[in-house]
Amino acid sequence: MGGFSYHRRSKQIIATFSGFEADLLRSLASQLVELLRNEVAAPAESDDPLEAMLDFSGPTTEPEDPVLKRLFPSAYGEDAEAAGEFRRFTEGGLRDGKARAASTIIDALEEAGLPPELDEDGMVIDVELSIADAEAWMRSFTDIRLALATRLGVEDGDEDFWDSLPEDDPAGQVYGIYQWVGILQETIVEALWAAS
Amino acid sequence: MSAPSPVELDEPEVDDLVAPATPWVTIVWNDPVNLMSYVTFVFQKYFGYSKKKSEKLMMEVHHDGKSAVSSGSREEMERDVQAMHEYGLWATLEKQD
Repeated sequence: MGGFSYHRRSKQIIATFSGFEADLLRSLASQLVELLRNEVAAPAESDDPLEAMLDFSGPTTEPEDPVLKRLFPSAYGEDAEAAGEFRRFTEGGLRDGKARAASTIIDALEEAGLPPELDEDGMVIDVELSIADAEAWMRSFTDIRLALATRLGVEDGDEDFWDSLPEDDPAGQVYGIYQWVGILQETIVEALWAAS
Repeated sequence: MSAPSPVELDEPEVDDLVAPATPWVTIVWNDPVNLMSYVTFVFQKYFGYSKKKSEKLMMEVHHDGKSAVSSGSREEMERDVQAMHEYGLWATLEKQD
């Protein structure tokens, strides 16, 4: 697993994954899409029925799910009304953008030959991304890492704790995946720098 | 050199009621997840800052817990905050002290 690199001749960002790795990435990206579409970005209910009917924009209150709360943080620290207005006009678009970026991962993996069901050993998936698609992957890696870290409760400087977990601890395994996506992201950032 | 001819000019109108709008700032906050290289990349890519300036701002976020990464009108800062959220950075806007 060498991560991503910039291929000068084709001007593409390339990486090679095992079938297992590609399947795992697809699963993470799919879960993200599902989460983004699941808790509907519905507007807060209004007491005024006319206003409620006319208000088809976005939500004005923070999402309940802690992952979504982290992906769409409040833009104003103390001014709840301004934060609500900001959210109303931005959250829908941000959700769509993040879901689109995650879909870019799924599409590219499947175009590179990842079958709907992985049932073959020793499969190799070669991914070749345009600069724009690589940036979408890079952004989505952040969303995936934020989601995993929020679910795990990752904090600054707690690496030793995660490393001390026994190998069969599910939280430790998820942390391993979180770190792996971090390495992928690091190499994609380096590749994008090399390309610029 | 010619002497300035005595042309009557209207006094330029000075509107002393127009003070520069209070600038707003976009603050990026530290989080335990985002990679230093990624945060630098985002500042460079979105704001068009040099790599050096982007790294300096990233280090401020990392060490001080936050950094004011841009300033301007409230509308501009809302755009910047929205973009930072697009990149998964934790950002807020506030009026500059």
